[in-house]
Amino acid sequence: MSGVLHDDYVPKTRGEKWVERRLPIISLLYGTLMIRTPRNLNWMWIWGIVLMFALIGQIATGVVLAMHYTPHVDMAFASVEHIMRDVNGGHMLRYFHANGASLMFVAVYFHIFRNLYYGSYKTPREVTYIIGILMFVLMMGIAFMGYVLPWGQMSFHGTSVITGLFGAIPFVGESIQTWLLGASAVGQPALNRFFSLHFLLPFVLLGLTMVHVWAFHTTGNNNPTGVEVRRSSVEEAKADTVPFWPYFILKDFYALAIVLAVFFAIVGFMPNYLGHPDNYVPANPLATPSHIVPEWYFLPFYAILRAFTGDVWVVMFADWISFGIIDAKFFGVLAMFGAIIVMALAPWLDTSLVRSGRYRPMFKWWYWLLAVDFIVLMWVGAQPAEGIYPYIALIGATYWFAYFLVILPLLGVIEKPVAPPVSIAADFAAHYDPQTGGTKQFAGSPAE
Amino acid sequence: MFKTLALGAALALAAPAAFAAGEGEITDYAFPFEGPFGSYDTFQLQRGLQVYTEVCASCHGLSYVAFRTLSQPGGPELPEDQMRAYAEQYEVFDETLADGEGDFRPATPADRFPNSSLANAPDLSLMAKARAGFHGPYGTGLSQLFNGMGGAEYITSLLAGYRDPPECAPEDFEGYYNIAFASGGYPEECKNEEGHHEHPGSWIAMPPPLSDGQVEYADGAPNTVEALSHDAAAFLMWSAEPKLNTRKQAGLTGVLFLAVLATLLYLTNKRVWAPVKAGGKPLGRDQTGV
Repeated sequence: MSGVLHDDYVPKTRGEKWVERRLPIISLLYGTLMIRTPRNLNWMWIWGIVLMFALIGQIATGVVLAMHYTPHVDMAFASVEHIMRDVNGGHMLRYFHANGASLMFVAVYFHIFRNLYYGSYKTPREVTYIIGILMFVLMMGIAFMGYVLPWGQMSFHGTSVITGLFGAIPFVGESIQTWLLGASAVGQPALNRFFSLHFLLPFVLLGLTMVHVWAFHTTGNNNPTGVEVRRSSVEEAKADTVPFWPYFILKDFYALAIVLAVFFAIVGFMPNYLGHPDNYVPANPLATPSHIVPEWYFLPFYAILRAFTGDVWVVMFADWISFGIIDAKFFGVLAMFGAIIVMALAPWLDTSLVRSGRYRPMFKWWYWLLAVDFIVLMWVGAQPAEGIYPYIALIGATYWFAYFLVILPLLGVIEKPVAPPVSIAADFAAHYDPQTGGTKQFAGSPAE
Repeated sequence: MFKTLALGAALALAAPAAFAAGEGEITDYAFPFEGPFGSYDTFQLQRGLQVYTEVCASCHGLSYVAFRTLSQPGGPELPEDQMRAYAEQYEVFDETLADGEGDFRPATPADRFPNSSLANAPDLSLMAKARAGFHGPYGTGLSQLFNGMGGAEYITSLLAGYRDPPECAPEDFEGYYNIAFASGGYPEECKNEEGHHEHPGSWIAMPPPLSDGQVEYADGAPNTVEALSHDAAAFLMWSAEPKLNTRKQAGLTGVLFLAVLATLLYLTNKRVWAPVKAGGKPLGRDQTGV
C-alpha cells in the first residue's frame, strides 16, 4: 500500500494461499500493520491513534445510549435522567460519551497543530489534509447535534443561536434555517432529525477515517524533520523507517494508556467540569439563560463569529460595497467558516519549500503566536461581549486570518531556512548515539 | 467545621463595596463527598431527607427521584420496610385506577416523588448540578477544580443566606433579601451611581424556609439553620447525582488499572526500541532478510 519501498506479504501455508487467492485480506492487514514508518516520529504523532480509539468508543457508548434515549421534546430530558439513574452503568456510559467528545477535540486540536508545525499538509499530503479538515468539520457537526439531545436549557438555546446563523445568509437564509430545523423554530422536528443524524454521521466519520489512513499510507507519514523517506533502495528505506508493528503500535498504546488515565480521572472525579450547569435544567423556550455559551471546543470559532461587529471598518466596508447584503451578522458567519477554509488552504498558501517548522527560524515564532492566539480565542469566546473582550476577540480573529493569508505566503519568500538533515536515519542517529547504548543526547539534531 | 472562603470576599472587603449585577456570596462549605475519594455520609443524607420531608417537600418536588432509590447503596440507605413506609406517606395520581378515570393512591417504592406543588417552586431533583458554579473565576472553572465549589455550596449558602435587608432598601420591596441569590429583584436605591450593586445577592420570592431548631434530629445532631441547610444540600446533591460513590470508585479503578498498563507498555516499548536506538537493526522480518 505504501509508496515507500517495503516487503510484500507472501502467503506461506496452504490455508493462507487459499484465502489470499479469494480475498487478499491478510495482505491488506499485513500492509497496514507492517507499513514502513519513519523511525523518528515524536510524541506528537500519537493523536491519530487516540482519535481512532475515541471515535470507536463514542460509537460503542452511543449505540447503547441510543437504546435508552427518547428523542421527544417531552421525554428527552427525562430519558437522560432515566439513563443516569435506572440503566445499569448508564451514568458511566453517559459521562464517557459526553466527555469522550471533549477527548476527541483535545486530540484533534493537538493533531491539527502538530500538522501545522511540521508542515504535514504540504505536498504530497494535501489530500490527507483536506480529508482531515472535512473530518474536523463533520466532528463539529456531530458534537453540536449530540449536545442538543439532552434537551436542557443550553441544548435548546444553543441550538437556536447556532441554527440562527444560517438565517443570516442573505435572501435564502430563513428558508435554509426552516429546512434544517423542519420548522420555523427549534422543536420536535429538529430534535428528531438531529438524533437521527447524530447516529448516522459518526459512521460517515469512520468511513472518512479509513480514507484518511489510506491517503497517508500511500504517501507515507511525514516526520519531525519533514525529510522524505529515501526511496532509491530498500536498504535506505529500511534505514529511515521501522515497521509500524511492533514499534509504533506499542509506543502509541503506551501514550494512549496515559491519555486514557487522565480521561478516566475526569470521568470519574469531575464528569461535569466541562459541561454547563444550565443543561441540567429542562429546556424552556420561554426562559433564556443569561449567558449562552457553546461547549469549550467551539469557543475559538465562536469568538471569531462574534469578533466582527458592525463597528469594525472591514465589516462596514463589506456592508457598503455589497449594498447591505453582507451585514455584520452575515460577515460573522462568513468569518467563522472562513477561518476553517483558510486553514484548509494552507497547502497552497504556504510557499516555503522547507516542510518542517524545525528548520524555519522565523516561522517558529509566528506558529507559536498562532497557538497562543487559539487559546486566547478559546478563552475570550466564553466571555460576555462587552468591555475589552470584543477587542481581544477582534485582534485574535485578525491574526488567525493574517497567519494563513499573509504570513505563510510571505515567509516562504523572505525566510532563510536552516538546512534539514540529509536523511531520517541521520537525524535519528544524532538523537540516539549508538556508542552510548541508545541514551538520548542533548546535542539535538545537527540541523538545529 | 466550615471553611469560609467567600467568592465575593475580596469585593466585600474593598471599600466602597460594589457588586456586579447578579453576584451572590457563596461560602465554600466542606462536604464529605468532595475530592476524588469523597463519598456520601449516609447519616447526613438521612438527616437531609428529614429536612426535605418536613420543610422543602411542602412546596418543592423531586420528580426524577424514585422512592426505591432511598434504599440503594451510596444513598440514604433506608432499610426496605422504612423506605416502603416512607413512600406510603405520599399520594400519587394513578391513571389506571377507577376504571381509567384515575385516582390517588399511596405511593409504592416504584413511584417517584411528586412534582412541585407550587407553580413557582422549581423541582429540586437536579438543582445541585444545575446551580453548580463551574465557571468562575474568569470562566476558568478553577474554583470548582481546587475548592470543590459546586451546587451543594450554593444551596447551603442560599438556605443560610437570609439577612435583614440593607437600610437603603424600601420597606415594601417585594421578596426576601438573600446574600447568595443572584437573579432576583434588586431595588434601585441600593445601586451606586454606576449602577453597581452595593450589597451582595438580591431579593428572592421564597420566604426563609428554615429556623434554628426547626427540625429535631433523632440522633441529636446540631440543627442550627446552617447545619440544617448543610444537610439538606448534601441530600440534594445525592438526589442530583445518586451514583456518585460508584462513579468515583469506577474512576479510581480505571486510573489505577491504566497506570499499571501504562507502566507495562512503557517497559515493553523501551525494550523493543532499545536495539533500534542503539543503532542495530529492527526486529522482525528485517533480521531474517525476507
